[in-house]
Amino acid sequence: MIGLWSVPLLFALPLALGILSLLVTPAWRPRLIFVGLPLLAVASFDVLARLVVEGPRIYELGGWQAPLGINLVVDGLAVGMILMTTLVASLCALYARVYLRDYPPSSSFFWPLLWLLWAGMNGIWLAEDIFNLYVGLEVMGLAAVGMVALRATPQALAAAMRYLLAALLGSLAYLLGVALLYATYGTLSMAGLHEAAAPNVTTHVALALIILGLLLKTALFPLHAWLPPAHGGALTPVSALLSALVIKASFYILMRIWLVLGPEVTPIFTAQVLGVLGAGAVFYGGWMAWRQHHLKQLVAYSTVAQIGYLFLFFPLVTGTGPEAARLAWDGTLMMLVAHALAKAALFLSAGNLILAVGSTQISHLVGISRFRPMSLFSFGLAGVSLMGLPPSGGFTGKWLLLHSAILSGQWWWLIVLFLGGLLSAAYIFKVFRMSFREGPQIDRSVTPPLTLDVTALILASAAILIGLTAHLPLFWLRLGSAFGAG
Amino acid sequence: MSSALVFAWSGVLLFGLGLFGFIAHRHLLRRLLAFNIMGSGSFLVLIGLAQDGRGVDHVPHAMVITGIVVAVASTALALVVFRRWYRASGRTDLPEDT
Repeated sequence: MIGLWSVPLLFALPLALGILSLLVTPAWRPRLIFVGLPLLAVASFDVLARLVVEGPRIYELGGWQAPLGINLVVDGLAVGMILMTTLVASLCALYARVYLRDYPPSSSFFWPLLWLLWAGMNGIWLAEDIFNLYVGLEVMGLAAVGMVALRATPQALAAAMRYLLAALLGSLAYLLGVALLYATYGTLSMAGLHEAAAPNVTTHVALALIILGLLLKTALFPLHAWLPPAHGGALTPVSALLSALVIKASFYILMRIWLVLGPEVTPIFTAQVLGVLGAGAVFYGGWMAWRQHHLKQLVAYSTVAQIGYLFLFFPLVTGTGPEAARLAWDGTLMMLVAHALAKAALFLSAGNLILAVGSTQISHLVGISRFRPMSLFSFGLAGVSLMGLPPSGGFTGKWLLLHSAILSGQWWWLIVLFLGGLLSAAYIFKVFRMSFREGPQIDRSVTPPLTLDVTALILASAAILIGLTAHLPLFWLRLGSAFGAG
Repeated sequence: MSSALVFAWSGVLLFGLGLFGFIAHRHLLRRLLAFNIMGSGSFLVLIGLAQDGRGVDHVPHAMVITGIVVAVASTALALVVFRRWYRASGRTDLPEDT
């Protein structure tokens, strides 16, 4: 009977902890993670175990039937995202517990916001109808805006405001799309839409609104302007959470809706446009990352670039053969998970380097390799995955996408994969070149607490390991999807 | 034109007006008001269009109530951030917008 509890627990528990942490004194807020993290880890692994043993299924919350009740989908994709969230968010929470000690007590509002963010994300991964996706998107988005504003400097407030306006516009466009779909088909459930969806004008307008709204929230080029100030300017654990997980949620929704509507409804032209925008993001984001002078801004622009790879999914899965589509699915999810792990590691180790030299400027990193080899090692491991060098998760993902592009005869995406990798190498090595240069600028550094280095290293190693053991997670992610478990 | 379509088109009109205001104005309070008008527009579409030829449908009612709660919460958060931003910078718009 425990298994029945673990599914709703995944978002009920963070929600309860979020409210509880508002009620206790600031000193007690961080300590709630020692209750929350183990319980959420157990619930996540229980859900995975049940998926592997019993297969994918639909969970009816409280035994109520849709549309009055809420259905939750427990398939490979949802469970994979839940495990990714649990791993990344837990490590960010451990990092934040140490990191936030140097900040004023008002920064302890990070904790309620973290739990609400977590509840929103788990709600999105599990939602089976397009309206609950909207609710999850809002819960997550508002918590994320609060986290960006935590620093309370004018820059942080402006970044939060800009992020909030983009998020609000995005969710309203999405909501209008949902309204049109409901008016046309009279159902909100993905299974119902999958059966009913037909190519007509209303559906295409709804799809366009949903795509636009979600692109704005995912910060796909050229709608990315809000991302670098919000992700680059926030507190380090916040940057890691936002870049690794939050932007993946809106992409996940787009991916699900795209597959639910099916190849008859989703136009190949739109898929190609999404791919071209993704290519633009890879080039523009990589170029801008290389030009940055502040370390965290560089990492934030790297996110703009990496989002681009995910959008190659649409041209590779639409109107192509089953084998190419399956490879695109595998490759995109591998890129998604690898980026979540690597980008969290990159932000956390960048935060450590900034703590060590006391400056956010890349040029002030001169000679840091002698003092903080471990922080730099995590940064490099994560960089290997972002560049797509073997044997990392980023390499496996790109390799699968490359095969999919060749199989479907769309050779032009190969250029994006190759040049994008070169651009990533350029900006990662820009940081390395500075750190290994010997110069008079610093002769000592602050030693950050060990926890900060260890959490970054675990995430960076995970980004490498996922590439070495890609077979099993990819098999699990396919469970319950249209791409079979073969 | 059925009454359902009148509601839906009014909703679309409101959404468009709101969107125009959201993009055209620089004052953050005006943009926030425009956002609320857009929200009302999409709720009207949600309620209006779903009634068409199917009798009374309770699902959109539940959705709109949820949507209103979300809109109120978002507006409250935006007002708090706006007030903090105004206190910190003395400006009513965002820096690069001028």
